[in-house]
Amino acid sequence: MASSVLSVASYTISPSASLWVHDSHNKGKLKFGSNGLRFSTEGINTFSNSRSSGRISMAVAVNVSRFEGIPMAPPDPILGVSEAFKADTSNVKLNLGVGAYRTEELQPYVLNVVKKAENLMLERGENKEYLPIEGLAAFNKATAELLLGADNPAIKQQRVATVQGLSGTGSLRLGAALIERYFPGAKVLISNPTWGNHKNIFNDARVPWSEYRYYDPKTVGLDFEGMIEDIKSAPEGTFVLLHGCAHNPTGIDPTPEQWEKIADVVQQKNHIPFFDVAYQGFASGSLDEDAASVRLFVSRGMEVLVAQSYSKNLGLYAERVGAINVISSSPESAARVKSQLKRLARPMYSNPPVHGARIVANIVGTPALFDEWKAEMEMMAGRIKNVRQALYDSISSKDKSGKDWSFILKQIGMFSFTGLNKNQSDNMTNKWHIYMTKDGRISLAGLSLAKCEYLADAIIDSYHNVS
Amino acid sequence: MEYLPMGGSIKMVEESLKLAYGDNSEFINDKRIAAVQALSGTGACRLFAAFQQRFHPNTQIYIPVPTWANHHNIWRDSGVPLKTFRYYHPESRGLDFSGLMDDIKNAPDGSFFLLHACAHNPTGVDPSEEQWREISSQMKAKGHFPFFDMAYQGFASGNPERDAKAIRIFLDDGHLLGLAQSYAKNMGLYGQRVGCLSLLCEDEKQAVAVKSQLQLIARPMYSNPPLHGALVVSTVLGDPELKTLWLKEVKVMADRIIGMRATLRENLENLGSPLPWQHITNQIGMFCYSGMTPEQVDRLTNEFHIYMTRNGRISMAGLNTGNVGYVANAINEVTKSA
Repeated sequence: MASSVLSVASYTISPSASLWVHDSHNKGKLKFGSNGLRFSTEGINTFSNSRSSGRISMAVAVNVSRFEGIPMAPPDPILGVSEAFKADTSNVKLNLGVGAYRTEELQPYVLNVVKKAENLMLERGENKEYLPIEGLAAFNKATAELLLGADNPAIKQQRVATVQGLSGTGSLRLGAALIERYFPGAKVLISNPTWGNHKNIFNDARVPWSEYRYYDPKTVGLDFEGMIEDIKSAPEGTFVLLHGCAHNPTGIDPTPEQWEKIADVVQQKNHIPFFDVAYQGFASGSLDEDAASVRLFVSRGMEVLVAQSYSKNLGLYAERVGAINVISSSPESAARVKSQLKRLARPMYSNPPVHGARIVANIVGTPALFDEWKAEMEMMAGRIKNVRQALYDSISSKDKSGKDWSFILKQIGMFSFTGLNKNQSDNMTNKWHIYMTKDGRISLAGLSLAKCEYLADAIIDSYHNVS
Repeated sequence: MEYLPMGGSIKMVEESLKLAYGDNSEFINDKRIAAVQALSGTGACRLFAAFQQRFHPNTQIYIPVPTWANHHNIWRDSGVPLKTFRYYHPESRGLDFSGLMDDIKNAPDGSFFLLHACAHNPTGVDPSEEQWREISSQMKAKGHFPFFDMAYQGFASGNPERDAKAIRIFLDDGHLLGLAQSYAKNMGLYGQRVGCLSLLCEDEKQAVAVKSQLQLIARPMYSNPPLHGALVVSTVLGDPELKTLWLKEVKVMADRIIGMRATLRENLENLGSPLPWQHITNQIGMFCYSGMTPEQVDRLTNEFHIYMTRNGRISMAGLNTGNVGYVANAINEVTKSA
């Protein structure tokens, strides 16, 4: 498995990719007006698969489009899967791509408690004025308490800077932008593998990253020794991106004992842990249990960054609700950090969207609704666990090869890393109309008990008959 | 509440393009516009600034003096250097048209220009239709790229078609322009963060490619935009009855502001203020660039508890029939010995 790979994707000009607009590309006279002439883009596009930019020189003062030579971007590896699924006309198709919870009937699920909260909000007739740059105060308070526990000393001592962000992605981006601006030269260590968009976020924020070993294909489990080694060998003061629970895409989490050791080495090297918490409550079914790793690090007195998302655990996907938290060593530095997070957010989107934040604040702030939420979350996590078990039962009873499939049960959260390689994953799609990401990840949230047998057949076929 | 696509609500974007480019715009029919839902006006400008940096890395953005403060931040954080062009003429509290035209002429061919489509923020000073035609013509001759920030369509004059006039003039002249739209003010959706970024391309194929690249910029910023506000916009604009109701309501909002302008000016003149105040009614939109100095503004705050930005910009939306007399009096007090 590959180890450290340093990379920064940059959009520098490479001579071979430059594109000059010559007169020869102008097919005929330029005529503008109500029937503008169109230029053919055939043959001009010399680097459709390249991610570097083309430099366009305006040698002539004519209104040639500035977009000549802009290549078609590749489809997103995760979100593009759903698009492909939609286009498939087979009636046995199954979408195990994006991590969005589905009911047993494979329908999207709006939590009852969310509907209740929205009705309350509508009745109250709240206005739509701008939130402050840092977001809804009631939400920020609720989210920090949910993460750390309301009686956490860090909160009581006002050492937590919380800024509402655009779900997990937006919160990670604010964290990344903070790193780029105030920790020049610092790198981020990300797990191999990790959520696809992590690399994009750090690339676009111009924060260099390298990888720490995480997934061991031999055991389909955690390469703990490799992980510790790589964290240890990183330069002091590196940011280490950790998944708080329900690692995406593998579903493989460190045990509590392993978390202690990870905390040890992070502390030894003066690294700064950066947690991505996208599944609190969704992994085990318990909000507190799923926050244990973050709370451990904070209790050790470390300064920690944490990005949160309410996409999955409250089903608020499209409302884009999340937060970036920075737990620092003093209230004074927390205040300064918060002010700078605001300065980064302002030129990105000015202030965050209000609707989803209000939903969260209302639910967490109303005991009856909060209890309802916990129950619904347990239900969702429970369905996933059942489906895991059913899948495992199906595969292990059908597969006579003696292969150990128990890793399916050891993994946790929405996803399972099947261990299938790209060709095998392609077979899943091409032959069986099962959509998943090319890294072998399936979203159990998109699986019903009814489809377990079919999926088991597909996995066994792809694993044994395709290389 | 499933994720929207990275480009946002298709319906909302469609309706936004009709509003800006015209219901029967050939550019819409020919699918030449690359457009994505954005996080209100800020987010639309930020996507464009990032796009500009990525695909035209050695360019700058020309911004008017003055402009909305956050424009500076947006292009700076995107790594695009800023240059300025003359805009506001303090002596007349109006447009420095000859300065503006000179700066357009003197900028290197093919420069990127940021223009406020209507209701310039913070001055409230807009070019006349004739002036817009000359600006468009001169920019065309220089091959400049016009990027419009339209945060007040409908809110300025009360008529969205009229407020889009500058854009239509540029389109008629064959400019391939860019546009940031916001629904914060004209639909009062401020906190919902609803807007749209569009770029007019040469043809459909280019538009598809450009849109894909805009999505690639959005994905590592926020993945996909928020749903709620977009649903409100597409529902309103997509339903003829609701759209008619909206047009009425936006006119009510605009008329109230226009009425306040007239009343404020009248009050000042009746108080016998020695200074000229016709710029209050000449200017348009939410803001009035009063011409007051920072020191005068400080006096307004300290002595009269009236809050405004120190550049003398008054948000007319904060005035009503109940307080306009008080404000006129206060302004007169701090300016009469000027």
